[in-house]
Amino acid sequence: MFSIFQISGSAMQAQSQRMNVAASNLANADSVAGPDGQPYRAKQVVFEARGRDGSAGVGVSKVVEDATPLRREYRPGDPNADDQGYVSLPNVKPVEEMVNMIEASRSYQANVEVLNTSKQMMTKTLTLGEG
Amino acid sequence: MPNFHHRRRTDVVAGQQGTNMLDKLASALDFDRQALGLRFERQKVLAGNIANADTPDFKARDFDFSRALAQATARDGSHGQLAMTTTSAGHLGGAASGSGAAPEMLYRVPDQPSLDGNTVNMDVERAAFADNTVRYETSLSLINTRIRNLKAAMQSEQG
Repeated sequence: MFSIFQISGSAMQAQSQRMNVAASNLANADSVAGPDGQPYRAKQVVFEARGRDGSAGVGVSKVVEDATPLRREYRPGDPNADDQGYVSLPNVKPVEEMVNMIEASRSYQANVEVLNTSKQMMTKTLTLGEG
Repeated sequence: MPNFHHRRRTDVVAGQQGTNMLDKLASALDFDRQALGLRFERQKVLAGNIANADTPDFKARDFDFSRALAQATARDGSHGQLAMTTTSAGHLGGAASGSGAAPEMLYRVPDQPSLDGNTVNMDVERAAFADNTVRYETSLSLINTRIRNLKAAMQSEQG
């Protein structure tokens, strides 16, 4: 009976995780060195339908790192520059991340709407036979 | 002693009438029950489609409501017996008890193919969701009316 809440809830969780990752990518768009000393690589979430034909909602199956080559910039004076004077910068594409963020936000809203509508439906169902 | 015996017999008869009446009450509400159940089932399917709007390779599903309802009521008309379809002369006829088989699920025909293989069209799904919600509530108020009518029929006149 309450599986709609589970379906929409899982989608909201997945979309907010996607938003988290987009935020992390944007925040680290210029992080020349991460904890491992390497430049930050953009991360992307991979969605996966749960249950038979998505009947149990959606989930994040994995978070993958973007394998595209890092951005290289000529900054001879930078302490992180290599012997040719180039600095490796993260491969985050801010425009793509913004699009990702907007899409995640819209999908989240759609699922909130589904949740609210279903909640009203359930509440009305609870009063069945009273009127 | 004969008096006691007589009273017991009327009790038994009244009891039998009681179960018959309950059967009738159940069957009076049965159509709406099936309709409401299928509406809820469809609501879940549509919620699943909306939830998977960004899942790669997800194919949007739906089912033909009127056909599913016709099937469900036909099944219930034969008191929960599922008739076996015979497509060849060699097949044996038969009936299995039990109802509640899931409606036949179909795939939505995509109108705009997308590169990741996802066939969810958010506008279609949301419109269908809103439509289904209203129809669910219609079913609900129909049941409510029916229950009210049955209750009114059960009331004594003096009230």
